[in-house]
Formats: sequence, C-alpha cells, structure tokens
Amino acid sequence: MSEELAIDVKGMTKIFGTRTVVNKIDLQVRTGEIYGFLGPNGSGKTTFIRMLCGLLKADEGSGTCLGFDVIKQSEEIKKQVGYMTQRFSFYEDLSIRENLDFVARMYGIKNREKTVSGSIKRLGLSGREQQLAGQLSGGWKQRLALAACLIHEPKLLLLDEPTAGVDPKARRDFWEQIHQLAAEGLTFLITTHYMDEAERCHRLAYLAYGNLLTHGTVQEVIDSAHLTTWSVKGNELLKLAGELRGKPGVHQAVAFGTSLHVSGGDAAALKQAISPFRNDYEWTLIRPGLEDVFIHLMDQTKDNFAAA
Amino acid sequence: MKRYFSITRFLAIIIKEFIQMRRDRVTFGMMVGIPLLQLMLFGFAINSDPKHLPAAVLMNDNGPQARTLLSAIRNSGYYEFVRQVKSEDEAREVLEHGEVQFVITIPQDFSRDLLRGDKPTLLIEADATDPAATSNAINILRPLLTTALQNDFKGPLAYLAQSEAPIDLRIHALYNPEAITQYNIVPGLMGVVLTMTMVMITALAITRERERGTMENLLSMPTRPFEVLLGKIIPYMFVGYIQVVLILIAAHFLFHVPMVGNLGLLFVAAFVFIAANLAVGITFSTLATNQLQAVQGSFFFFLPSLLLSGFMFPFRGMPQWAQAIGEVLPLTHFLRIVRGVLLKGNDFADISLQLWQIGLFAIVALFIGVFRYRQTLD
Repeated sequence: MSEELAIDVKGMTKIFGTRTVVNKIDLQVRTGEIYGFLGPNGSGKTTFIRMLCGLLKADEGSGTCLGFDVIKQSEEIKKQVGYMTQRFSFYEDLSIRENLDFVARMYGIKNREKTVSGSIKRLGLSGREQQLAGQLSGGWKQRLALAACLIHEPKLLLLDEPTAGVDPKARRDFWEQIHQLAAEGLTFLITTHYMDEAERCHRLAYLAYGNLLTHGTVQEVIDSAHLTTWSVKGNELLKLAGELRGKPGVHQAVAFGTSLHVSGGDAAALKQAISPFRNDYEWTLIRPGLEDVFIHLMDQTKDNFAAA
Repeated sequence: MKRYFSITRFLAIIIKEFIQMRRDRVTFGMMVGIPLLQLMLFGFAINSDPKHLPAAVLMNDNGPQARTLLSAIRNSGYYEFVRQVKSEDEAREVLEHGEVQFVITIPQDFSRDLLRGDKPTLLIEADATDPAATSNAINILRPLLTTALQNDFKGPLAYLAQSEAPIDLRIHALYNPEAITQYNIVPGLMGVVLTMTMVMITALAITRERERGTMENLLSMPTRPFEVLLGKIIPYMFVGYIQVVLILIAAHFLFHVPMVGNLGLLFVAAFVFIAANLAVGITFSTLATNQLQAVQGSFFFFLPSLLLSGFMFPFRGMPQWAQAIGEVLPLTHFLRIVRGVLLKGNDFADISLQLWQIGLFAIVALFIGVFRYRQTLD
C-alpha cells in the first residue's frame, strides 16, 4: 500500500487442528518504528511472527512485509528480515565466530571476514570469539543472537522475547541499541512481557487468545480502555482487596508493591464502591498504567471466552 | 538456477557440519570404532544350504551319456542350467559377472571316452567367493556321478559299472580356492558397516537441528532444501572413506584377504554407495519427528540390508520374494562389487550395472528427502 509501512497485513489466521491460535489479525507497522507485541503466554505472538517471516504458512490472510507478498514471497522476505527466536537457536557447539561466519555465508555476505570481525568488535567480544556459544551466559547469548540477526543488514527485525532472562543492565543496553538502530531506519517488532519495555515502544499491540485486543501508542492504549484507577495505601491491603473484589463497579484490585490499584470502567460506580473504605485508607486518583490496562484486558477476554 | 541453489549457502552448511563433527568427538570415535568392532565380532560365517544355483553348460559333446549326466545334476536340485555357453572365454565371462555360480564343461568325445573306459574329465568351475553358497552343491557331485549312470551301464555296458569312477571329476573353485569364509565376510563387512553408520548419522542430522531448536533459525534464513540436504551429506562422505580405508587395512593385514582388483575402482564404487546410504538417512531424517524415531528408522533399513543382501545368507539361497527385496537394497549390489573387485578382479564394465542400481537408489532417496523437507515449521 504505502512505502511507509514495513508490515501491512490483514486477516492473518493460523489454525492448529481445531484451535485458532491467531484469529484474523490486522497489523500495520511503519518503517523505522519500534512496535511492541504484548499479551499473555500462548496468545499467538510467536505464531504471528513466524507467519510473517515464512516459518509458518498462514491459513488465511494477506498483505505485505517490506513490500513483498507475505504469503507468496517468503523467500524474498527472509533475505531482508532478521528473526531472533525466543529460545537461543544458534549452534552451541560452534564458537562465536563460527556462528557468525555461518550466518554470513548463508546470506552470501561479501567481505565476510570484515563484516564478522566488525560484528564481534561491536559486540565487545574481541578476544573471546573462539569461545563456544553454548558456554556463554544468557545475556551474552542474547547479544550474540542479536548481532547474528543484524549481520545481513536486515530492514526489519522480529525479536521474540529478546530480553527474557536478561539482567536489568543488559536489558537497558539492549534497548538503547534498539533505539539507535530504529533511528537509522530499522523497523522492529518485539514481543515482551515487561511493562517498562512496552513503554519504550513507539506503538504497541495487545494480543490475547489469538485476538488483537487493542493497539496504538501507549497513551492511546491507556485512553481507549476508559479505566479509572485509584491507588490505595495503608495497612492490610490484602484484606481490602478481598473485600473490594466482586463489588459492582470494581473490575480489579491488584497489588503494586506497597500500594493497591483499584480500577473500574465506570468512575461513578467505582467511587460508590470504595466510599465505605475511604476514611481507613489513603486514596489517590491516578492515571492508570499500562499494566492496569493489560490486566483489565486479560480479565475481560477471559470472561468473554468463558462465556462463549 | 541461482535461485534454487547457492554455492555459498551450500558451503556454509558443509563447513558448519564439519565443525560440529569435530566437536562431537564421541560420535566421531564411534564411527571409527564400529567398523573395527564389527570386524572382530563377525569372525564366524553363517552356513546354509542354497539350491537352484544358476549354472552354465559348455557342451562339447552331445552324446546320450553326457545328457544323462546333466539331467542327473539338474535333478539334484542344486543346479539350474540358465544358459549354454559356446566357449571357455564366454564361460569365464559369465562366471566373472556373477551371472552364474557354476560352469560345467563336458569335453569333446565325452561319451566315446566314457564307453572306452578312458575316464573322461568333467570340469566344474565354481565361483567360490562365498564358500557357503557353493560347498553343498559341490559335495553332492561325486556320489551323484557314480549313481547317475547306473541305469546306462547295463547289458553290454555292464563292464563300466564295475570300475569305481568312470569319470574324472575336476572341480575348480575360483576366486577363493581355499574356501576361506573370511575372504567373503570381511569385504562384505565394508558394506554392512557403511550401511549402519552412514544411514544412522544422517538420520540424526535434521532431527537434531529440530530438537536443539536450531531448525527454526536455519529455516528463517533464505535456504533451499538441496543446499541443506547435500550440505549435510558431503562431510560424512569423508567419514565413510575413513571407514573404507580402515576395513581395507584390516582386511589386508589381519585377515589376509586377497586384493586382486583395482582399489581405485573400489573407491569410486564406494562413493556411490556411501552417497546412497547418506541419502537414505537424510530422508529418514525428514520423515522422523525426533531423534529416537530417526534411529528406529535407520534400523528399519539396516535389518533387511543385513539379512537380505547376501551378507548373512547366500543370496541365491533365499526365496524369490526375499531376493526381489534384496535387489532393491544398495548393500546387495555393493557386496557384489566389493567381492567382485577384491576377489575376482572385476573391472568397471563388470560392476557398472550394479553401480547404476545403487546410483538410482541414491537419487530416488534424495529426491524423496527433498520432497519431504519442510521449509516451514508446520
């Protein structure tokens, strides 16, 4: 459709047996954007990504990825996409350099020696390049995987939970690198479970049970949920949460560290519900966060599915 | 063409496989160790009693006694006359090709000499590469000859019945005159060892990638089935050659197997045979969903190869249906080639038909593999 869109797909559907894992998902990702993909485990994020890069055949759906037909031209797409799998999927019995060499050869990179050496240098692994990939720690494996995905200078990177099991410092470095690359024009589609990471994305989408529930910028996603949230401080918050749950107007009461977030869709009804406890606790009306919204979305879809 | 096959990607996979092979010392050690172990274990030959062995007749005399004798030989059940040859050269040729197991020569004036009491010579040339296959057929001959002509030696010919042996029977066991079973077993083992290890090792090649999770990554790169499958086969060709050399060394120094033919020719034949087995393995690999299935699949292939190829039992001693299955298996043809080259001194023309059959098998297997290879994770 437009040159501006790196991903533009409609009605993407994947059915495993009788289970619809991805249900008619439309997605548009702009070039140079960092697009966050959120949702509980098993919501179809990985399956969707695999369909994008031709690893799975979509049962239904159409559209383009980097201008190529997402159904028919997966060979072309593969050449320009870097896919980082959820589980480390490089060869553990190959050294760092050998792995990068392998990838470079697979993509037919010219000046392979130079490219690989440059990549190792940027990784900060000069001198350790003969080490077997299997001996690396989680954080280093992740960095190696990212470096390997970047070797053929892709235009689009699909990262499936790239920071799972990585320490905060490494995560921050990782995100800095992502933003730098995005500024250079690379497009990212990243799945994550971390809210702080979701907030670093330009735009995001939330999936549950194969359905795309909401998408947009962080602000848009929060606004569209129409949630009113109160933060409560005081003693015996757990007891309070138990008493509030199930009351009309109260959708959820979730512990956030030392405070409790009480949210509902109807501001007046919520106010009514909490009025008996107003004096015993310290109440503050706050702007709901992404996490409040996501918990809300997840509960809602669970109800929908239970009803269906 | 470039779209369907890229040399760089093909090389990438070959190099990767070599590195992984080098890192996995245990597997590599086993692949070298297995041939030696098997050589030690298969010290024994398995005997059986094959009948209806194909024989050719060189008939230089058409007298009644000659014909009586031949029908008696046929009636023993051990011989089946499949063709008549015209000269000794032709006789030697069909024997060398393995078309027949025996050539029976009736000399000129056989009947006349017999009646005169001149003890004519009946010459039996046997292909004794597999002693188990021929020994019973040969042993039956002497008693057979004395009784066969009993009916003819009546009335005026009764005088011949008195003499103990009216015919001078000469048996030439060719290619393995001393009937040493190791001469047959040890070259055969080369084929057996290659079948076992080569099929197994490639059967694991793709399932291993799948189980380690690296398949997802490999598939996300722009690669074609042929590149992956051939790239995984080539490195193991070298391992196959190491095994061939090891067995040849052991055959020569340990078992003193004669090596009459051209070893270079054997190496050429081994190339096709190793490729065929690797192709079978890689095809199993595309069919199996995990490594255990892959191993089971290779045994599924290995057992009939072992039992029906003529390694365990003389090929001609097996029932028709078993021979039909055996003819499909690469090992059957390779056994003929190895024994033919080492013991009979076969040249390329002699083995080319067998070689073709192995080659055809390899191509079919590889194409099934390519056809079955999934470029997606579905």
